[in-house]
This record gives sequence, structure tokens and C-alpha cells, in this order.
Amino acid sequence: MHELSIALGIVDIAEKEVRKAQAIKVDEIELLIGSLSGVELDALNFVWPSAVQDTVLAKAKKSIQYKEAKAKCLECETIFPVENAYDNCPKCGSYFKDVFQGKELKVKRLILEK
Amino acid sequence: MCGTCGCGSESSTTITKIGSHEHTHTHGHDHHHHGHDHHHHGHDHHHHHHHGHDHSHGTKTVVDLEADILQNNQILAARNRGYFEAKGMFVINLVSSPGSGKTTFLERTLSDLKEEHDFYVIEGDQQTANDANRIHALNVPVVQVNTGKGCHLESDMIHAAVKQLEPREKSFLMIENVGNLVCPSLFDLGENKRVVIISITEGEDKPIKYPTMFSTSDVCIINKMDLQPYLKADIEKIKDYARQVNPNLLFFEVSATTGEGMEGWYEWLLSNV
Repeated sequence: MHELSIALGIVDIAEKEVRKAQAIKVDEIELLIGSLSGVELDALNFVWPSAVQDTVLAKAKKSIQYKEAKAKCLECETIFPVENAYDNCPKCGSYFKDVFQGKELKVKRLILEK
Repeated sequence: MCGTCGCGSESSTTITKIGSHEHTHTHGHDHHHHGHDHHHHGHDHHHHHHHGHDHSHGTKTVVDLEADILQNNQILAARNRGYFEAKGMFVINLVSSPGSGKTTFLERTLSDLKEEHDFYVIEGDQQTANDANRIHALNVPVVQVNTGKGCHLESDMIHAAVKQLEPREKSFLMIENVGNLVCPSLFDLGENKRVVIISITEGEDKPIKYPTMFSTSDVCIINKMDLQPYLKADIEKIKDYARQVNPNLLFFEVSATTGEGMEGWYEWLLSNV
């Protein structure tokens, strides 16, 4: 259940930005989460209310931009969607791949109220 | 609420050097403090509002952050890594499911190599100092990190534990992570190499059931080979599944109990310093 650590990491980032901008609280928060980031959205949504309680995120509207993973085959350079970490290249069958999208775990944007 | 364990109160992570009286708590509960700061802001705000001085009410600021959520862990991991590099150390993060034989594997490695090389150990478990006591019995300096309800080690715990160990130059630091194939995979500790252990009792398809851990590891130890006459596990199948997730994995088939196959692992380990 590392999603709680993740949620509290998000709270830390938001608290820091609110202090920096001398704002009051966060109105909206936009997260970017890749399908291979290792974070379960259900678990994150489950822990969210308790993680943000009594913080600047308590009343913030949360939106999550979910990114499906994509990889480039290191043998034949085919670009293909990756559903599972063990997917291989649909063209040449190689397991050597560079996952260039889908590992994101970011706070993309905050809208702060001053 | 604690950043790692999710505990609601003060039962924080404890870090104990075995054989000394040093004992520190780490892993700040400063989230609460931030929360209180906020209340002050909020309160001030309302105060202004009541008196009609609220010029800034409703002003919105958009901050395009693109901030990595694990950045705090990664920054401290990078700091650990710099410290290790400056000291010429080699650091292993040992991960696996509970019961795959991490501690026995470590005991065997230390017993065989400790006379010629300096070793230090950090043991991660939710509770008890049992593992650290096993290492301490070998006269190897060891710190036990108890994560409470936490499911993994984070780089700040390693930072605090290393301070207690005061390792020598050109030494080896072996970090035994909490037995868990899921959560520790996301948390860089500043190690040089991540070593995942799978025992042949666990089922051949473990690497694709828990792909993240295998995809982030450099070495895969296949342990409990002494049980092979009874289990008849398909070792090649384990490797095939693991290679599907991570084609660069290096394998060693060993029995930590009998010592079978450990030489290859030693050769690799010692080649890194």
C-alpha cells in the first residue's frame, strides 16, 4: 500500500507550492500517472481523503491524466503500446524495449487560491 | 499521518544500531505541521473577510509544476549515492517476497567473505530485530530499521542508518529491504545494484506476476536449489519469465543453506569494487 506514501508526497509538494506562492489553499490539482508507474488508481483514490485531511489539498478538486505506456523496440525500432511490463515487440518478438511513456508519476498543475 | 507507514500517530520508524545504545526515530510527521500552518492561513483569511479587507479573495494562480511525486525520495537517494561513491563503496539493495531466504543468503555471503572484505548491513523489517541479531552474531556491523506499519524502506531511512554505521572506504553495504515484491520497487535507496531473490518454492511465474520488481532489478538470485530434487521446478521457465520483463537480468542459481552455487555470486559481487 505504497499509494499512501505517494499521496503524502503529493501533499508535501502542494504545501510547498502554497507556501512559496503565499496562497491559502489549492483549488485544483492535476496529476499525471502512467499505466506502468506502479501506482494503482483505485488505491490512490481510496487513501486520498485521509491523506489530504487538514492540509491545503483538503478541498481541492483532483483530476488525473492517465497515460497508457508506449515502448520502442530496441531491435527493430517499432513503437508499440505496452499493456504489461512483459509485453514484447509485436513485429520482431524482442523483449528489449525502451518504455518511453507510461512511467510518469507527477503533479502536473496546481491552481492555487490567494 | 506518517509518510511511509500510514500510522495515525507517533509510532514512527525506528533505527537501531545493534550492539550499541544508539536509537533514533526518523521519518518526519511534519505533514501535520504543514496542516497547522494552513489552518493559520485559513484563519487569517476568514479574519480579513469578516472585516471586509479581503482584497485578494478568489484570486487564482496557476502553477505548472511537472513535479515528480517521488522527488524527495530521489533527491535523498542521489545524495546517498554520492556519499557511497566518494567512499568507493558498493551498495546492494536486496529485495524479495517474505521467506525467500534473504537473510540466510546474506548470512552465507557474510560468513564466506567477511574476513577479506568490510561489510555493513542495514536490515529492514516492520517489527523485531531478529534479522539484525542474526547478522550481529557474525560480528558484522548492522543497523535494524523497523518501519512500523510501513511496507518498504525509503532513502531517508538509509541516510539515517548509514550515519550510525560510519562505514569504511571500499566496503560493501548490504541493505535487506522489507520482504515485499511490490512497494520497494518504487523507492530508490541510492544503491548501486538491486538484487531480487526468488526461491524455487514460489512458482515459476512470479516474475510476470510482480513485473515491476524484476524490471527494476539488475541481478536475480534463484535460491533454495537444494530443494530441487523434491520440487522439480522448471528453472529455465523462471528465467524465461524474468527475461520477458527484463532481458538484461543476470542470474545465479544458489542454495544459501548448503552454499551450492554461491561462488558465481561472490565473483560477481567482488568484481564491482
